[in-house]
Amino acid sequence: MTAKTKTAEQVAGIGVEQYKYGFVTDIETEKAPRGLNEDTIRFISAKKNEPEWMLEWRLDAYRRWLTLEEPTWAKVHYPRIDFQDLYYYSAPKKKGDGPQSLDDVDPELLDTYKKLGIPLREQEILAGVENPTMAVDAVFDSVSVVTTFKENLSRAGVIFCPISEALQSHPELVRKYLGTVVPVTDNFYATLNAAVFSDGSFVYIPEGVHCPMELSTYFRINEQNTGQFERTLIIADKGAYVSYLEGCTAPQRDENQLHAAVVELIVHDDAEIKYSTVQNWYPGDKDGKGGIYNFVTKRADCRGRNSKVSWTQVETGSAITWKYPSCVLRGDNSQGEFYSIAISNGHQQVDSGTKMIHLGKNTKSRIISKGISAGVSSSTYRGLVSAHRKASGARNYTQCDSLLIGDKCSAHTVPYMETRNMSATFEHEATTSKISDDQLFYCRQRGLNEEEAVALIVNGFCKDVLQHLPMEFAVEAQKLVGISLEGSVG
Amino acid sequence: MKSLMKIENLHAEVGGKEILKGINLNIAPGQVHAIMGPNGSGKSTLSNVLAGRDDYVVTKGSVSFMGENLLEMAPEERAAAGIFLAFQYPLEIPGVATMTFLKTAINAQRKTRGEDELSTPAFMRFVREKSALLGVKDEMLKRPLNVGFSGGEKKRNEILQMALLEPAFCILDETDSGLDIDALKVVSEGVNALRDKERSMLVITHYQRLLDYIVPDFVHVLSNGRVVRSGGKDLALELEKSGYAEYGADAA
Repeated sequence: MTAKTKTAEQVAGIGVEQYKYGFVTDIETEKAPRGLNEDTIRFISAKKNEPEWMLEWRLDAYRRWLTLEEPTWAKVHYPRIDFQDLYYYSAPKKKGDGPQSLDDVDPELLDTYKKLGIPLREQEILAGVENPTMAVDAVFDSVSVVTTFKENLSRAGVIFCPISEALQSHPELVRKYLGTVVPVTDNFYATLNAAVFSDGSFVYIPEGVHCPMELSTYFRINEQNTGQFERTLIIADKGAYVSYLEGCTAPQRDENQLHAAVVELIVHDDAEIKYSTVQNWYPGDKDGKGGIYNFVTKRADCRGRNSKVSWTQVETGSAITWKYPSCVLRGDNSQGEFYSIAISNGHQQVDSGTKMIHLGKNTKSRIISKGISAGVSSSTYRGLVSAHRKASGARNYTQCDSLLIGDKCSAHTVPYMETRNMSATFEHEATTSKISDDQLFYCRQRGLNEEEAVALIVNGFCKDVLQHLPMEFAVEAQKLVGISLEGSVG
Repeated sequence: MKSLMKIENLHAEVGGKEILKGINLNIAPGQVHAIMGPNGSGKSTLSNVLAGRDDYVVTKGSVSFMGENLLEMAPEERAAAGIFLAFQYPLEIPGVATMTFLKTAINAQRKTRGEDELSTPAFMRFVREKSALLGVKDEMLKRPLNVGFSGGEKKRNEILQMALLEPAFCILDETDSGLDIDALKVVSEGVNALRDKERSMLVITHYQRLLDYIVPDFVHVLSNGRVVRSGGKDLALELEKSGYAEYGADAA
């Protein structure tokens, strides 16, 4: 049998055994009634004790959403989602009503995060390292369960808390920025999110502050038939800097689960946000049953002069991924970067890319996208680079590389380019390659088994992107690349 | 005579076509055997079969290596057991530094043999020592494996891997192809430095030229999937004069 045929067969045989985050946490929850109507929204808003304007904002979004159609332009296929069959709010039951400290958090939850490799007890983190470098906000289904190192951060003036808490403690900041990057009217899923979002992280870095720790949010979907709609809002004021990481997992379930998040980044003069994602939602089983529908809107607004945003993503999970982290380069000399690794295996479908909207003068953007497809999966890069009339001197460099493993998967590249300014310079390069039997044999002759060989070749393929991840994350991501492709050859 | 590798009545086919039609070879520790023959006689097939390539199907016969049944082992197990194939066309792996590849290979083999992995400092010392002998510069080790390497660099890199992996049995598949005379000398010196009482080699070549530098103990002529003649190193010189015409090949 040729290695190629074997590869294809092994890929077909890929099972859920590889997904090691598939366990379920058994915990009592409080839910909103199933289905979506204005009462659901009032329920969520009341749960969060939100100000009146917030409720109105949500209801307005809901009414608009009723008039919208689900988008169908992406190269993904799935049965119609019955939005009345979902739960829109699910939270672990609290012991009391008081403010949540770690002592109030159900130990079952803390253990869940420990199992996921995210220790939340500060003393446990401190026991391991001299200087903690990362603060974590842990979001479980619809609520944030705990945020670590809040005090250390507040000493630097940094606000890092659940967005529901920010609505209480800093309503003026939330009101000023919420929906200014991704408007309520933006798209079907973003509008739905605006109506029903339950939690997410809020970050504010004041003027001139270099955030002393990496900030991180860890999203976990646990409950059955529940959608996760989180909303993240990050503001870097003048001259500020923050590096933010996001991780995601979910249990193995037979039915599909919906995740429709919105992330808004606002970057003022001379400020910089580095946003990294390792997305490892449950991808479904070998027959394509179950898995997360990941329909996400992420956008950064580089409002200030010399502002900079860098998106880095490693996408290995989800049954369907639909996401385009984008940059609006409004300020003169602002810069946007997008580094992406998207791995699809089994029956996964990925339609992902970015938009770089050049509005200001001398704005620069860079896109490096690496797609790896195995099994019977499909991976599409879809990207827009545009320069508006006033964007003189705009520059973009785009590189899209696809790597195929086996002969039943597919890769597509759909770049859009528009310019209304003669002085804009856009470059686009694209390649498609396969891991050849010759390369595999060469590695095996030197002593690597097939899985080690594939991991090595794929990591080499992704190198340009991996090197943009924060150190600790890069090591994790390298391992994840190997794990995601386990069983893709044999 | 003690045997390191014993090949008996080996038949193999590729894509349903029989290429090897009954090969017999017995190679003792420390011996260098050269396989010569016209194009299409089965030389490269033999090296691929010994290394365990998937598409090469053994239909009859046996190969024992250090008393084990080689044909039952996966390619990586053969590598860990001491089989090394220097490729005629070494493969490129973009984005993987040569140094990283060398370290991954050494440690993969050590793991298979149940040995501890080499620490980074120990590995670095080992690489520096071996690469100096072959005139391989640090700069080359930092470049992605074989990407943009010249023909000479690729072959030197093969021999460097051979030196680092310290195999018991080396197969050199047309190592002279694509080399100018200076590169050929460097590579041959590297190979000769690895000759010892225990290590055996199978040197596959079309031309006698290589055997001026790597002097074999035995020469075998392969034709149409069989060894049709065996002799000492002088047989190669004789072939140089008469060509392969009498062994059923075109004058080319």
